[in-house]
Amino acid sequence: MIKTENLTRRYGDLIAVDSLSISVEPGQVLGFLGPNGAGKTTTMRMIAGFIAPSAGTVSVCGHSLTANPVAAQACMGYLPEGAPGYDEMSVQGFLRFIADIRGLDGDFRRSRMADVIERLHLAPVLRQRLETLSKGFRRRVGLAQAIIHDPQVLILDEPTDGLDPNQKQEVRQLIQDMAADKIIVISTHMLEEVDAVCNRVMIIAAGRLLADDTPDGLIARSRYHNAVSLSLAAGSLDKIKTDLAALPQVASVELDQATGRITAFPAGDQPLLPDISRLASDRSWNLKELHLERGRMEEVFRNITTGHNA
Amino acid sequence: MSQIRIIFKRELAAYFSTPLAFVFIVIFQLLSGAFTFYLGNFFERGQADLASFFGFHPWLFLFLIPAISMRLWAEERSSGSIELLLCLPVTLWQATLGKFLAAWTFSAIALALTFPIWITVNYLGQPDNGAIVTAYLGSLLMAGGFMAIGVCISATTRNQVIAFIITVVVCFLFLLSGFGLVLDVLRGWLPQLIVDTVASFSFLTHFQSLSKGVIDLRDIVFFALLITGWLYASTVVLNLKKAD
Repeated sequence: MIKTENLTRRYGDLIAVDSLSISVEPGQVLGFLGPNGAGKTTTMRMIAGFIAPSAGTVSVCGHSLTANPVAAQACMGYLPEGAPGYDEMSVQGFLRFIADIRGLDGDFRRSRMADVIERLHLAPVLRQRLETLSKGFRRRVGLAQAIIHDPQVLILDEPTDGLDPNQKQEVRQLIQDMAADKIIVISTHMLEEVDAVCNRVMIIAAGRLLADDTPDGLIARSRYHNAVSLSLAAGSLDKIKTDLAALPQVASVELDQATGRITAFPAGDQPLLPDISRLASDRSWNLKELHLERGRMEEVFRNITTGHNA
Repeated sequence: MSQIRIIFKRELAAYFSTPLAFVFIVIFQLLSGAFTFYLGNFFERGQADLASFFGFHPWLFLFLIPAISMRLWAEERSSGSIELLLCLPVTLWQATLGKFLAAWTFSAIALALTFPIWITVNYLGQPDNGAIVTAYLGSLLMAGGFMAIGVCISATTRNQVIAFIITVVVCFLFLLSGFGLVLDVLRGWLPQLIVDTVASFSFLTHFQSLSKGVIDLRDIVFFALLITGWLYASTVVLNLKKAD
């Protein structure tokens, strides 16, 4: 497991990470969310043992990164931001170098090499130099080196950055396949990614932990959670707005002029959708769409990181 | 131990995977040949020894060794691979030593490829081959000293050109620290003890006796300590500013 206590990193007067105390257990896929410069990369670098904390402690698999960094690093795979590698090496040579330094040998080494090459579809570029690879392949080589020793803990800094939608999907699948008994920490800007792969989310801004929740828990904080949106093929929007506002369990109704979509927000915990759909058929509204909102991650993220809700 | 070997292998292969290795080796052979025959008057001296060959090594190394050492850490910094390397289960000391040994071995290969001149002098006369072996050893040790300085300075910057220039300057000071150029500056305001200490760091003085075939344990210990000291300094520098 990963454990940090009051983890702090200062750069001069700037506090990049401020007293972060977290604990991550096997089976958790933790997503770090935060605006640029929030301290995500600095935190990951301290967990991976690249930079030392200014204060506080961090341990991985029970090994302190300050007292015994090599033991901690041996049980962890790390994809640094931008997936750096040795440009003049071939993909195969690079992976062999990592396998050697990770101490893999014999059949295990052969099967792990074959496994990562297959999982990340690296076979066509094995003999190519890293400097000639496309951004997508480069990222996948970075992922391959991170998982080559089948680590217990996996730290991935923006693993899908620069990938096309299909590649993103593949990487997310890969993370999910490995997630069962491991600890995986990813950082990302993409909110939908957190929703797709993580079962725990932390939002950090200005080095401070602002939220620690499941993706569903986070989405439930949205005011759109359980709201109902509808739009019309024809008919008067104002009339419908008044009708909706008259319902007792509706707190407020908003009309988005640009899209012509009306959203009704719930007053309590009672479901809105059945009543609204009954109302719609009673009054024969000419509906184009009608759906229940799950909540909007963007809105929650914005509220938390700009301080409205924190 | 095996981590050092793995890094050593990778670094040495890195030299040969770019044209750098071949450019370097060719230039080293051409320059050492030109210096020996034209500036050193190899034939005109009429002596069966390699003094005119080894005599120019300090000056050749002054520019060529920094060219080998400049990439060792600076390239890792500028490409970001330093983060990858230092998050692998490797200590700073293992990484530094592996890199240093690879670069040193590369310079040893370049040095070994000057063997035709040894054959030539044996063909022309009866040189003292023991003295020549000692001089090669001295030359290699001096290359190691320059290289260790280069490793440390390469660790301070992400810019290879800056690493090169500063390494040349520092190596130049070490080369001439026994001579008036450096000592006169210090003599006016530093106690004699310190001036003498600085003077004792001169590469040229320590190399000269070895290049004449005299094995003095003090010269060997000097280079060994110097290499250890600079490599240790590299690990300190890296520890202080890994992520900068």
